[in-house]
Amino acid sequence: MDMVNITIDGQKVQVPKTATVLEAALSVGIKVPTLCYHPELRPEGACRVCLVEVEGARSLVASCVYPVNEGMVVRTNTAAVREARQMVVELLLANHPPDCLSCQRNLNCELQSIASDLGIREIRFDGERKDLPLDANNPSLVRDQNKCILCGHCIRACSERQGVHVYSFVNRGFNTTVAPAFMTGLDEAPCTYCGQCATVCPTGAIVEKDDTDEVWKAISDPKKHVVVQTAPAVRVALGEALGMGPGSVVTGKMVAALRRLGFDKVFDTDFTADLTILEEGTEFIERLTKGGKLPMITSCSPGWVNFIELMYPDLLDHLSTAKSPQQMFGALVKTYYAEKQGIDPKDIVSVSIMPCTAKKAEAVRPEMKSSGYQDVDYVLTTRELGRMIREAGLSFDKLPAEEFDAPLGISTGAGVIFGATGGVMEAALRTVAEVVTGKELGCLDFKEVRGLTGIKEAVVPVGDLKVKVAVAHTLQNARTMLDKIRAGEADYHFIEVMACPGGCIGGGGQPLPVCKETRQARVDAIYECDQCMSMRKSHDNPAVKELYDSWLGKPLGEKSHKLLHTHYHAQHREG
Amino acid sequence: MNSNHEQKCCCGGKGGASNMAKLDEIMAKYQGAKGALIPVLQEAQDAYGYLPKDVIVRIGEKMSIPTSQIYGVATFYAQFHLNPRGKNIIRVCQGTACHVRGAKAILKALEDTLKVSAGKTTPDLKFTLETVACIGACGLAPVMMVNDDTHGRLTPEIVPEIIGRYA
Repeated sequence: MDMVNITIDGQKVQVPKTATVLEAALSVGIKVPTLCYHPELRPEGACRVCLVEVEGARSLVASCVYPVNEGMVVRTNTAAVREARQMVVELLLANHPPDCLSCQRNLNCELQSIASDLGIREIRFDGERKDLPLDANNPSLVRDQNKCILCGHCIRACSERQGVHVYSFVNRGFNTTVAPAFMTGLDEAPCTYCGQCATVCPTGAIVEKDDTDEVWKAISDPKKHVVVQTAPAVRVALGEALGMGPGSVVTGKMVAALRRLGFDKVFDTDFTADLTILEEGTEFIERLTKGGKLPMITSCSPGWVNFIELMYPDLLDHLSTAKSPQQMFGALVKTYYAEKQGIDPKDIVSVSIMPCTAKKAEAVRPEMKSSGYQDVDYVLTTRELGRMIREAGLSFDKLPAEEFDAPLGISTGAGVIFGATGGVMEAALRTVAEVVTGKELGCLDFKEVRGLTGIKEAVVPVGDLKVKVAVAHTLQNARTMLDKIRAGEADYHFIEVMACPGGCIGGGGQPLPVCKETRQARVDAIYECDQCMSMRKSHDNPAVKELYDSWLGKPLGEKSHKLLHTHYHAQHREG
Repeated sequence: MNSNHEQKCCCGGKGGASNMAKLDEIMAKYQGAKGALIPVLQEAQDAYGYLPKDVIVRIGEKMSIPTSQIYGVATFYAQFHLNPRGKNIIRVCQGTACHVRGAKAILKALEDTLKVSAGKTTPDLKFTLETVACIGACGLAPVMMVNDDTHGRLTPEIVPEIIGRYA
């Protein structure tokens, strides 16, 4: 690679010719403040917070878009630079609502941190305030454009990462705002509710819809039996929301915390992840051997399901009819579990903790009422659970490790890896291979489908068959995959798709901030959990076996069909 | 949510599909051309009088441009209109010369006569009232244009009579 030599704050540094001044500064440990810059998105140079001095340049330059060149001399910490940055941030604050103390992003806000880092102690200007209505007509996300600083992260994440293109800058000058086409709410726009916009928003302009009040109410109602399920990806990220480092596995502490919050039973979505494998795996074998629609595509990720329903409704029959683990769990809690425990399902409140904002919307889909009630009553994101734990005053790091309740808390390593991209595929292959061949697998690790590469492919021998699989994460990669199917160029048998980068561990409801390294740490933690499990194959789960033997019958049986499978329909939302 | 689009369809209920023929013709001219969005929007606006929602959606579909992006472009430029416009466009000058000679009172007289505020169109779609920063006829201040006619040395009293000529 061609390198150039530049000097930054007196330090000589060699960087690639293609680098920006910001990248060069970061490489030698100089933290230039940024707001509109995002390492995973195309640079825009809009906010001007990253101004630096370049010798010979006529004015201060935006380092995030300014290319380096040989012999360049950069100063990032002069009086002029500090003053200019302060001015930029002061001007942003001048028309930003001054309600930090009651903002959902209080203490976890990039604008707040930058104001603090830059030592802003007074705002000399009293700017005009915007008075735009809240967009809160959907189950997942709340947008408050009055808090928007026009960094464009959400626009770029939705377009570049997800290929969904919901947002654009609208209007001009002071009236500029970020909105879907025709200024509609997200409920009328082709939004998948994946929440990636919320993960990149530096302020409180896009946040998850907070359902903690409803859950507190249910917990304190003595007439209600409140059960909770926790998704695989929550246990490897919740720690971050409570002061621990990325990749901390906090399964036991999380269970202890949930008990102390007052949940009557603490169960595990991993249990129904195992169940999903049996249903979906059996469905796959049927399609493969009896000539069903191939490639079959997974259906666990509700952002992904919304995407295909909105954008590629002609391909819906490729989706597995198996419900997501969250919804299988919901259906079982108010039927199987209620029957076993002798509890009237109307007294059960079913809560789930998810890394996901789209799960909130999935729970209120009209078809998710197989128990006769709404199967899952409330969905909280990992961030919301973090807030509840703080509100309850629990010292999370001092909590003991506790075990999930039986039977819906018993799971295998195959269930936990659902949390990472490739995990559902690997879990399915572990079961499908053994069921089809009747022989025990030597090695359970299907490493070809692991990792953060956008689209992964593998050919896996299952008996005499060579099963061709693919794994895609982020909706942009999903789009690539679907275009291939439409063009008749996808000769895969089975495809896993997750809406978010890295799979659920990078979900729209996970702790902030998040970057590639954080996602990698969470993925590593997921496989660490898998390695630690005594059982690592879904069909070995004794609680799942018991469920089939005593109650469900067999995979794809009549009861399964009614409770554990669903159907999809095209969604029409213009824009 | 607040929508700029009270009017759902551009054809006034005459059946959308046939009315899209004009648009399809416009887009056919630019097929495959890069950077064609703005000319297409301009010609579509000429054809329909404004940019109705279904026109924007169709441009997006046919040109493979996200609707959100087209909406962003259409709201950025003052030349594009997302609501139906009146048969007569009134541009009342608010420039410096007009200002000192009572442009505010002229605007008020127009608003009172038409019973709409600046930037709006009368419900009968006869008039759209717009303000402009200067029309370059300062010698005639205060001044306004109705379509291509210039009316200068205005007084609030004469405004209703001038409007009457176009009604």
